[in-house]
Amino acid sequence: MSALRRFLRRRGVAAVPGPDARAADDSSGDASAADPFVGLSGSPEPADRFSFQDLLLEATSGIGARPLRLVMTTLGTVLGIGSLVATLGFAQTTAGQIARQFDAVAATQMVITPATARTGGGDTVATVRLPWDGPERIERLAGVGHAALLAAVSLGDGTVTAVPVNDPSAPAAAAPPVVAASAGLLDAVGGRVVTGRAFDAGHDARGDRVALLGARLAERLGVNRVDRQPSIFIAGLPYAVIGVIDDLQRRGDLRDAVVIPIGAARADFGLAAATELQVQVVVGAGEQVARQAVVALAPQSPESIEVAAPSGRSELSATVQADVNLVFVVLGLAALLAGGAGIANVTTLGVLERTGEIGLRRALGATRRQVAAQFIAESVLIGLLGGLIGASLGVFAVVAVAALQHWTPIIDSPVALAAAALGAVVGLVAGWFPARRAARIEPVSALRGS
Amino acid sequence: MTAALAELLDVTRAFPGDPEVQALKDVSLTINDGDYLSIVGPSGSGKSTMLNILGLLDRPSVGQYRLAGHVTADLGDHQQAALRARAIGFIFQAFHLLPHRSVLDNVLLAMLYSGVPRQERVPRALAALERVGLGHRLHFLPTTLSGGERQRVAIARAVVSGPRLLLADEPTGNLDQATSGEVMALFEELNRGGLALVVITHDDAIARRAARRVRILDGRLSEQA
Repeated sequence: MSALRRFLRRRGVAAVPGPDARAADDSSGDASAADPFVGLSGSPEPADRFSFQDLLLEATSGIGARPLRLVMTTLGTVLGIGSLVATLGFAQTTAGQIARQFDAVAATQMVITPATARTGGGDTVATVRLPWDGPERIERLAGVGHAALLAAVSLGDGTVTAVPVNDPSAPAAAAPPVVAASAGLLDAVGGRVVTGRAFDAGHDARGDRVALLGARLAERLGVNRVDRQPSIFIAGLPYAVIGVIDDLQRRGDLRDAVVIPIGAARADFGLAAATELQVQVVVGAGEQVARQAVVALAPQSPESIEVAAPSGRSELSATVQADVNLVFVVLGLAALLAGGAGIANVTTLGVLERTGEIGLRRALGATRRQVAAQFIAESVLIGLLGGLIGASLGVFAVVAVAALQHWTPIIDSPVALAAAALGAVVGLVAGWFPARRAARIEPVSALRGS
Repeated sequence: MTAALAELLDVTRAFPGDPEVQALKDVSLTINDGDYLSIVGPSGSGKSTMLNILGLLDRPSVGQYRLAGHVTADLGDHQQAALRARAIGFIFQAFHLLPHRSVLDNVLLAMLYSGVPRQERVPRALAALERVGLGHRLHFLPTTLSGGERQRVAIARAVVSGPRLLLADEPTGNLDQATSGEVMALFEELNRGGLALVVITHDDAIARRAARRVRILDGRLSEQA
């Protein structure tokens, strides 16, 4: 507001002496001093006193004079802008919804592993150890659901059997994989207990010899009940099977594995380090958790931790958006074109109707340009009004539909603002020719006309 | 001793066509500050053309028009508009008030183009409306006013920018006799204040009120005693 005022002041509205001043001058009898036009003694100064503020006020009064016509005039623009905004909004919302459903299954898993380096001998070794309290550290971060450490346990020549008998005649069966995990495993990888129970932090801390069998392995070993805690022998050491697990969405391979607490693996098999940390994050938190997790796990060398994180925006959403947009964008543009034609029509009609007013304004000292500016300003305002209403309705439609569907409405605010501005551009284009026509009207004929 | 306010020198205004129409032929006329002049003549005689030229709404085809010391032919459209806004007030038979704008707005309109500072506009408009006796009608729409009141609004609009020359084209043409008398009395009061007044009319009673009377017939002007 103050900027506008400064602008107006800079335009310098020079004072014109009123009738009293002139009368005083007249008495002196000096004609040049009696000239009431400041700065006109040499050559008349153009009457560019019609400030931007005046222009706006005149234009708003002009369009406000006929409210019903204003409504009809803006209708096309409202529809055009409204459908454009709604189209873009629906596309974004649907794409967001699809991405969200997709993400809910696939994009909430994060795997943290130590970075590897190649040794002189050609082996790859981890450059850092994941801390044993990694799950606790990670679960403190916002956006993390559950976390669990996993480590493959090497048995050397040892195998896993259901009976403590070494039958030399039996064919040597490959040992099923043995995986050590922390207590939060099932939550972190999306698994469930088929029967029995999972081990907890207590088992882990005490190094209890308990085991969970993957469902397929349990079948192979002939274990189908755990209420009597059958034992299996891992490299000859007895482990009590306390549960059978299945549905391991993110580590399906565990269905063929034996899972034992990390505490027991460290005590019995000399487990040196965990190989990975499985983290379940909430949708959208992936990138942020990934940034924070490396610092939480290795404050001194965050670069030594590698994170496979779900990306923030799935590629799917972009593809879906492009598909939906095209048809409706074309429709919206067509409506907008009709809206522009409507504004042009009504403005032309207004010029014809207001011929007398145009003549009068010219008689009062308006220049052709000022007359043209007024009509352009009016049509720009009509377009802007239509754009604002249309954009609002479009946003409202998107929100309403999303609310009904229990979706999250997504719309870029620049899209809505640009759409409103587009309405003003339509008004500008539509008002151009009528305004030129208004500027060409001769005051003489205009005033005689009515 | 005072230089002429407005001066027509051998002005001819011809409208192209077949045949060409000469609305004014070799007209010379001098108007001084404070003059009260009536122009009579039958319709089509060239009265309106002369008023348009005096009011810078039209230009002579031949001859010179000087207004307030300026040779108007030397001025561009912008400068003519500026001069028109500041030096001349118009009164029309049809009033030409904006129907959707209040009485006050209609008077304020005149100051949009004449360079009156914003903060002075409303006080000046109020004073002008007070002077024509319409201080109580500020927020009325012109359509709700009587003919006499409308013409008084138009007069307030014409004088609010402080012009030196008031041009009235059949100002009483749409008014009854009593109202005409009131309007003319108002004009004469303004004239006594120093404003030069030119009234075009075909009503002899109105014309006779003026100190100077000129008659136009077929584009030729004759001054009457």
